Amino acid sequence: MSETAVPQLELGRIGEIVPRVDGIPKVTGEFAYSSDLQAAGMLWGHTLRSPHAHARIAGIDVSGAVGMPGVHAVLTHEDVPGAKRYGLEFQDQPVLAYDRVRYFGEPVALVAAEHPEQARRATERIRVQYEPLEPIVDPERATEQDPLHPDRPTMGHGYRDDPRPNVVRSLVIRHGDPDAEGEVSVSGVYDLGIQDQAFLGPESGLAVPDGEGGVDVYVATQWLHVDRDQVAPCLNLRSEQVRIHLAGVGGAFGGREDLSMQLHGALLALHTNRPVKIVYSREESFVGHIHRHPARIWAEHRATRDGKLVNVRVRILLDGGAYASSSSAVTSNAASFACGPYAVDNALIESTCVYTNNPPCGAMRGFGAVQACFAHEAQMDKLAEALDIDPVELRLLNALAPGSTLPTGQQITGSLPVAEVIRRAAELPLPEPEKLPRDPLRLPGGSGNTTRGEGVKRGVGFAVGFKNIGYSEGFDDYTAARVRLHADGSADVHCAAAEVGQGVANVILQVARTELGSDDVTLAPHTTSTVESAGSASASRMTWMASGAVRDACRAALEERERTGGGEVDVERVYRHPRTTPLDPETGQVTGERVHVAYACAAMRVVAEVDVELGLTRVVWIGTAQDVGKAVNPQAVTGQIEGGTAQGLGLALMEEIQTRDGLITNASFTDYLIPTTLDMPPVVSELIEEAEPDAPYGIKGVGEPPTVVSTAAIVAALRAATGRELTRVPVKPDDIVGL
Amino acid sequence: MDVLTPRSLEEALRLKAERPEAVPIQGGTDVMVELNFDRARPVALLNLNEVAELRGWSRQDDRVWLGGALSYAEAMEPTLAAALPALAEASRTVGGPQIRNRGTIGGNLGTSSPAGDALPPLLVCGAEVKLASVRGERTVALSDFLVGPKRNVLAEDELILGVSVDAGVSRQTFMKVGPRNAMVIAVVSLALRVDGELRAAFGSAGPVPMLVRSDLDQIGSFPQRVAEAASPIDDVRGTASYRRHALRILTKRALDRCLW
Repeated sequence: MSETAVPQLELGRIGEIVPRVDGIPKVTGEFAYSSDLQAAGMLWGHTLRSPHAHARIAGIDVSGAVGMPGVHAVLTHEDVPGAKRYGLEFQDQPVLAYDRVRYFGEPVALVAAEHPEQARRATERIRVQYEPLEPIVDPERATEQDPLHPDRPTMGHGYRDDPRPNVVRSLVIRHGDPDAEGEVSVSGVYDLGIQDQAFLGPESGLAVPDGEGGVDVYVATQWLHVDRDQVAPCLNLRSEQVRIHLAGVGGAFGGREDLSMQLHGALLALHTNRPVKIVYSREESFVGHIHRHPARIWAEHRATRDGKLVNVRVRILLDGGAYASSSSAVTSNAASFACGPYAVDNALIESTCVYTNNPPCGAMRGFGAVQACFAHEAQMDKLAEALDIDPVELRLLNALAPGSTLPTGQQITGSLPVAEVIRRAAELPLPEPEKLPRDPLRLPGGSGNTTRGEGVKRGVGFAVGFKNIGYSEGFDDYTAARVRLHADGSADVHCAAAEVGQGVANVILQVARTELGSDDVTLAPHTTSTVESAGSASASRMTWMASGAVRDACRAALEERERTGGGEVDVERVYRHPRTTPLDPETGQVTGERVHVAYACAAMRVVAEVDVELGLTRVVWIGTAQDVGKAVNPQAVTGQIEGGTAQGLGLALMEEIQTRDGLITNASFTDYLIPTTLDMPPVVSELIEEAEPDAPYGIKGVGEPPTVVSTAAIVAALRAATGRELTRVPVKPDDIVGL
Repeated sequence: MDVLTPRSLEEALRLKAERPEAVPIQGGTDVMVELNFDRARPVALLNLNEVAELRGWSRQDDRVWLGGALSYAEAMEPTLAAALPALAEASRTVGGPQIRNRGTIGGNLGTSSPAGDALPPLLVCGAEVKLASVRGERTVALSDFLVGPKRNVLAEDELILGVSVDAGVSRQTFMKVGPRNAMVIAVVSLALRVDGELRAAFGSAGPVPMLVRSDLDQIGSFPQRVAEAASPIDDVRGTASYRRHALRILTKRALDRCLW
């Protein structure tokens, strides 16, 4: 059995540029991803998935598969020994479908065989009697149709009581006088398609039975302990009998918060008493994980004639798909950020997420704030135009600042330099237009050779956005770290923080080296078996939280050694950020000091060239200023900004899961396009380091703000170039041409 | 699955006659995708990579012979690109460097996709496809070779040897529209060649890439004629109305380029 080795750093403390510990192995191809795991005697698992978006299951006959060559197990819901359902927030998702299937690709049965091809062939022999039902595919009509979950699993969790069927959560924020009138009003309706995380490493992992009834699962995931807590009850095991270990992660972006193969692999491993490996195909990955919520947003902004926002009224409709996943938190986040980083005395915000038979949606980088930002920034530009005020000036005039009160009633007590990021981004010098003729690769259409300059217009766009750092609404969010000091002066650090490519392995070592004053520090494998939970590598929280936990554990270890006068020391400490409290279910107002822990903002300026006759785009240049608190590893911060910007560019221009009656029609990288190096321009990144008072070392997370803001900024540049409204992303060539 | 690897053309034709179900594979950029997506499990592959007779290109008076194994990367090399510039431009639009090193003109012909990037440039150059079997050789005009989406007239015992094209003096260009700036399947594509007449061919705008010809004095109406000759559909990559619109724009721009 192999386990991903954690390469060790040579040196590096907080604030220094430190090469990624996994950088060289990834570039040279030597890094072991979860799909590279091997074990002696290993079987291959495969999942039979629903070809229907909505159907009743009248019966499942596995007899045709059981006797197939190489087959060791064929499992259905009847073989699930414990709880039949699981879920991140609500247990509404069947381990294996039992009475009906609610989305295209829902797992129905499992096979383990000697060879992956044998497993695939055997699943084809399983006969499932489906009775197709009418799929719910229009989120606007979902609340009038039969409930997909008659037992209403998300009701009664402190949420507003909404009696309509198929509501995952609905939230209303009433702030000030929601009927307050302004002298000027602009309104619009905005749509966002379904974006996919599109990580390159498909879902994969290895489950190994321990011979004593328990199981070890090696998997690419974002939160080891919450995987364990979902897997163990379904297997009818105690939590210590299920140990989850982090295998090499090929990208996450929220898409690995939910379980993929963990439970299925463990079921097959325990059933066969053999190690079982599951690797999703690309097509299976697209149908097998949750996506970013598609949204429709109705917005009206009322302002004084000199540009001060008076009242913002927003209605947000999110399509959650068939199961809750983290939809309830996304619903709340979209509401929290609906007005953007602007002070407004009055607001009425409604955010609703519905169940449908469309692809299931959950966490993705930006988590509700991306959808909100696309709408509020389009509105701010519209308002600037209506008032004939410079769009940057309008944003500065309304910028939030410490002391401002948000629509939830929370007062900003920490750092939030909105005006500073706006000014710094707006001051970045724009590149001169490039002369013609030029290489077609430097024109819209790129290698397609479609223009020599004909039809090309240039536009400049600007956008600002903000997002919360960490988990919200009263969630007890913590991270543990364990530090062992050895007699020879060396130390090792245990923390279950998932390294998903964001660089938290470096961060942990930088903090430990800084606190211990030593370079001889080793990072132990990330696992549930030696240390308590680290929480999720999500919500731009991991750097803040892991730094807090490792700092506290290091300081405690030094004190312990001081007290004992040397020798071996082994301490574990749990770090918590300042407490948050829930929103009032009726008013959407904060019930304590804060609903979110802290906020981070970013501003972005974009130059784009658009071939207005063919509707093709080349983003020429992007400049951004981002509020990062403290850059623990400045090179990694820049990397997060560039990567996050590229993901937002993808949503702006090309990335969309397409469906027909709930069935995904483009589940491949041939037809789900993500940006290439010819689509992504150079990014000038200004890091604004203003310490967050509540965070260790003043740190803020950096992964999400660039994604929140870049979609909005890029589409603003396209609007400037084309003069069109462009109210939907991804923007299609048809939209630019006006077909 | 058997993998048959002939060392000569004679052996390849014999194997194809004995095992007509064997799927020919050269670069594998189409066949392997089908295998990896579990859409095809052929009982045998006929690996043509060791058949030297299929490689390279040569000049014969005003015509150029392109072996079936000619890669896109080879079609972009300066000497051949000077003779067949539209084919070189089309080759640059295919995938990334690795795909262009592996993918071949013969494979593009064999797959006969409506979106095959090499097909419009070959059509405007009067391509004739040479097919062979143990029964003998025959030559088929490319426009007759393509009969439907991913369908052609290849008999089950036949292999594609290569294609002969007119490389006489002309102006030509190729353009391809996709929603990102590299590595896309064509939403719509167009090749244009101007010599004694106007010859345009489009891809991804009908069941097969199609040739449209006109006299030189019809320049003004030619973009509209090309757009009207198309029979595009709505699919995940684009809409029929956009494809028709884009063909008009592309044809106009291509005429400007070639008549300048």
